[in-house]
Formats: sequence, C-alpha cells, structure tokens
Amino acid sequence: MTAYRIVRTAMKALQRNPMRAMLTTLGIVIGVAAVIAMMEIGTGSSAALQKTIASMGANVVMIRPGTAASGGISFGAGTITTLTPQDYEAILRECPSVRSAAPVVRARTQVVYGNRNWVPSSIYGTTPSFLDIREWATLAEGAMFSERDVLTAGKVCVLGQTLARELFQGEFPIGKEIRVKNVPFRVVGVLSAKGANMMGSDQDDILLAPWTTIKYRVTGAALENSNQSAGSSGTTGSVNTLSNLYPGDAPNLFPARSAVQAADNPMPVRFANIDQILTAARSTAEIAAAIEEITAVLRERHRILPGEPEDFSVRDMTEMTDTLSSTTTLMTNLLLCVAMISLVVGGVGIMNIMFVSVTERTREIGLRMAVGARARDILRQFLVEAVVLCMVGGAMGILLGHGGSYLVWLLLHWPVETSPAAIAAAVLVSAGVGMVFGFYPAWKASRLDPIEALRYE
Amino acid sequence: MELIELRHIYKTYRMGDLDVPVLKGVTLTVAQGELVALMGASGSGKSTLMNILGCLDRPSSGEYWLDGQEMSRLPSDQRALARNRKIGFVFQNFNLLPRTSALENVAMPLTYASAHLSDRETRRRAEEMLCRVGLQDRLDHQPSQLSGGQQQRVAIARALVNRPTLLFADEPTGNLDSRTSAEVLHMFQQFNGQERITIILVTHDANVARYARRVINIHDGVIRDGSFGVRAKADASQIDVLPVAAAMGGVR
Repeated sequence: MTAYRIVRTAMKALQRNPMRAMLTTLGIVIGVAAVIAMMEIGTGSSAALQKTIASMGANVVMIRPGTAASGGISFGAGTITTLTPQDYEAILRECPSVRSAAPVVRARTQVVYGNRNWVPSSIYGTTPSFLDIREWATLAEGAMFSERDVLTAGKVCVLGQTLARELFQGEFPIGKEIRVKNVPFRVVGVLSAKGANMMGSDQDDILLAPWTTIKYRVTGAALENSNQSAGSSGTTGSVNTLSNLYPGDAPNLFPARSAVQAADNPMPVRFANIDQILTAARSTAEIAAAIEEITAVLRERHRILPGEPEDFSVRDMTEMTDTLSSTTTLMTNLLLCVAMISLVVGGVGIMNIMFVSVTERTREIGLRMAVGARARDILRQFLVEAVVLCMVGGAMGILLGHGGSYLVWLLLHWPVETSPAAIAAAVLVSAGVGMVFGFYPAWKASRLDPIEALRYE
Repeated sequence: MELIELRHIYKTYRMGDLDVPVLKGVTLTVAQGELVALMGASGSGKSTLMNILGCLDRPSSGEYWLDGQEMSRLPSDQRALARNRKIGFVFQNFNLLPRTSALENVAMPLTYASAHLSDRETRRRAEEMLCRVGLQDRLDHQPSQLSGGQQQRVAIARALVNRPTLLFADEPTGNLDSRTSAEVLHMFQQFNGQERITIILVTHDANVARYARRVINIHDGVIRDGSFGVRAKADASQIDVLPVAAAMGGVR
C-alpha cells in the first residue's frame, strides 16, 4: 500500500468516530499548544532578560596597555603607553565581531562650578560611541557631545547624575560653564542615572568629554612631556601645555631647549597615547571571536613577533556573560521539562484511547485478518492512526499555541518571539509520541488471533 | 481436480493440563466448483474444521492441500496471503465495518494484496461486485441503513471481490428471516453455477444444507458421511440454477 492510501485508511477509520478522535487529540493539542506558547513566551522573556543583562555591559571588551618593566621591576597593568587612537580606529575597521569601539583617556582632578567643587571618581575623555558601548542609551538632559567636538577638542562635557547634583544643587546645568583644572567646559548634557556597578562604585559620579580635550587641554600629557615618565599617562601629567594662556598655571620647571640642544639630543617622535579602549562585541556569543580579532589586529599593529608577550591586555565581563548563559540554559531546560511532561500526559491519553479502540474494533481486526491482512498490516494501520491523531493534534496545537502567545503579546505586552525550532520540535515530538504510545496498542492488535477476534462480542 | 484435500487432520486444544481433541482424523476432498454443506451440531468440531479449511488455524497434525499447496505448515503471513487470494468469507453476523459505505466495505480486501490497483480500478471492481449482488443503487449506504439481507449481500460482494476460488459461508442465514435466507442461498447457487466458485456452507440447519449438492456430516470430530463427492464436473451441469431475477426480485 502506498503511504497516501495508508494515511487515507487511517483518516477514514478516525472519521468513523470523530468525537472520540477529537477528544483524544485534545490531550496532544493542549500539550503542543502549551509547549509552543511556553517556548515563544519563554524565548521572548529570555531575550528580554539577556538584553537587560547585556545593558549592564556584558558585551564590553576592554583593552588596556600592558606593563612597563625596568630592570626586572614591572609597574603593573596600564603602565606602558602603547595604545593609540589609531589602534581603536583599526579595531573598528578590521574586527567584524566588534560593534563599536571608543578610546578612553582618564583624569582625576577637581571640577569647579561657582563656589562648589567636587572630585568625580572618573573623568573620561572619549567619543560619543562610549554611551553605545556602555548601553547608556538615554540622557536625562541635553545631548551628547559630537564627533566634531572630538576632532576640534571642543571644551564641552556631559555630567553624570551624582556630579551634576553635587555641583549644581538642583540648578539647571545645561549651558553652564564648569572648570576642570582651570579649563572651562560647557555642560551640554546630563546622563541618566545608572546606579552602582557590580562592585558597588557609583557609575553616576562621572564626567565625559571629548578625549582630545581631556588629553591635550586637561592632562596635557602629550608630545614631549609624556615621555618623561613611563607611569600612567593619564593621571601623572602635571604640565598643562594648552592652558598656558591662563593665569595661575604651573611655571615651566625647565628652561627651554636651545636649537643646539635639540639637534644633539632629538626628542623621539611620540604618538598620542590613550589609556584604554572600550569595545562592544556584536553579541554575547561573539565575545570570544571579538577578543581573538582584537588581539590579532593589535599584535600586528604593535609588531609583536609570534611568541613574544603582548604589550596590552584584553578582558571581558566573564562573570556577567556566565550569568547570562546560565540564565538562558536554565530557562530553556525548565521549558523543556514542562514540555516533556505535558506531551507525555497527552501521549498517555493517546495510548489509552488506542487501547479502547483496539478492543472495540476487535471484530474489525479479525475480519481484516480473515480477508488477508498480515500482522504487520494491522500493526501499521493502528500505528498510523495514532501518528495521524498526534500529527493533527500537533498541527492544531501549533496554531493554538501560536495564537495564544500572540494574544499574550497583544493583551499583556509580554515579549514574545516566534521560535521555528519549537514548531519543528513540536511536529517531530508529536509524531514521536504517536509512535511510542501508539506502538503497544497496535502491537497488541496485530497479535490477536483472527478466530478469537471474529468471535469477540 | 480436487481443490481441497484433507488427510488425517487432527486438532487438539490444550486447556490447562488437559488435552481436548476436537478433530480426530478428518479426511475429505472437495472438487473445484462444488457446493458443499458442512453440517454438524454445535461442539461437533464443525467450526474448527472450517477455521482450518479457511487457513485461519493450523491443524495439530495431518496434511491440508489447497489448490495444490500444502497449507498446514505455512507461516501466518503466507496464510494471510492465501486467504486474500484464494478464499472469501461470509459470516453469520455480516461483520461489515460500521459507519463505512457499502462500496468501501467491498473494496477493503483489495487494499491488502491488490495494492497495485489504482483507486479507479478498485472502485470499479467494488461497484461491479455490488451490481452483481443487486445493490447497484445502495453503493454509498452505510451498513446501518441496509436491511439484514442487503448487509449479507454486501458481505458476499466483499468475499468475492478478490475473485477467490473458494468461498466459506459460516451460518450465512443465521441472522436472516426465511425469505431473505432463500435469496442469499440462491445467490450462492448462482455464483457456484455461473462462476464455478467452490462454496462451503457451514450450517447446523438441514433446510440450508438442502441447497448443497453434497452434505458432509461431522459428528464428534469425525466425518460421518460425505467425505468424498462424485466428480464435480458431472455435478456442475446438474445443479438447477434459479433465475437471477427471482433472487433479486424479492428484495425490492
């Protein structure tokens, strides 16, 4: 018999008792519907949860310079000044797994407004994409400084909530001028509150400004001054080259070099260095790839031979990504358990009804055997009936479950994500349930003795 | 030519520790084209003998030759094939599939061994058989919409749709009134006469047995008389066949 005829025979047999077939299928319908709805709502919430965790900066990959060493004494991470703005541009250009990157120049100094002052825990010189990397999407007031401000070393800044509160005491900060190491900055924006980070330090106690401004106007540790020390470039520069215009700045401690001195003792040409590069991987899954690509790019740019130690270090938020992946696995496993239970219950319903059906149709089985059905024909017939029941139930369940999750999305606004994998799994599993739970009744039917079966009342 | 040849058939059932012999050495022959009645009281071994003849059961010992093939040692799948190709069954309680049209009931045996037939051919053959038994305007009726006689005629059409050489009718008139019984039995005679289908009527009713040319009497597991018939060839011409119209006419 062709497959089509077998299925048609099964359909006809089921049509002879449509009410019972429907009630039997109900178990599978509800089971599959529950699975589909759970999977869709579950993956939706899981995705939302992942997004939330990612907003804590789970996809951030940090690159810091390595250690400087002198005479066997190493100075610790971040003490060598090898990272350049060109490095960050190269990373952005050459690493496909990196969504965005921003340089960071740090300073720690006093910020003054009127008669108030404050030392924020971080003063970051960076680019506008810093906010994107830190998933710091919205500003409470004003706007972020622009790329143009970065190019022109514009004297503009954005304040964190804590800093704004301390300096302005409820006054409207936008457009006001504050001073950082005697450099006047116009406040263009106030960040939204982010609270403490996982270690408990206040992330709102921050000042953001273009990195060129911080680098060349505030810390001034560029060009000839920067190579006087191998120490952390951002915080040690005490000479403020561009602030010489202002009164009260530190006098030049050394006399200017004569032309002869300069010729005898040429200054090595220095590039501008940055303290840190922040990058964001495209997704949590791509963090590992991003780290690999960044390492390769930087090794090449820094001309580090194979086998040589790197002069930089790349780190990610392992703790957060682990939390992220374990949450997702937990969620998936939980849903899978629920799915299994409901499908097994549905399958037991199918088995039960198939037994009833076999008993009720004993005479029919006997007759079919008398007119020439072999044991395997009978087995196949009842097995196909069970599978058809389950498949029909599965199809109805998919529609019902999908509709259910759509309703949930429509009425409760829960995040919902259609999951083709769940639908495929539901079809396979319902067919599988039909096979497994239909097999025993079908086998029992095929073992019947035709004589006994024909005589059965 | 002998269609059926039984030699020293024994059948013993085991009930607990006890062996219950049912058939005690049955030997008989039935020729191609015969209409035979197998008679016996209940408990005589009549049904057991029919089950063995119909390849539904195997004898404990002895030989059973059907159409030149030894059946008593065949595995169940081969016996199923033989039942499909060579044997038709008509039962006392019709055994039609409920809530299934007459046409589909008749086509059912074709789905097993004649799967090569197209849907159209299957339908054509089933329709033809139903016309032969006079139910051409009841094709799509379900068994519950048919009278007892009509149901039995659907069962006869089903038994013959595979063009078997041998037809078993187990108390075919047991559930029918006397007039319908006569129609059904005439129909058997007609098929026997026209198609030379060998028919074995199993009955305990002497009135039914009258329709057969030969009566095999079984009593207590042994054949009393009628083991061997006269040559079937001679018989066939002598069977008086009533006109078809007479058989059909009574139903309407």
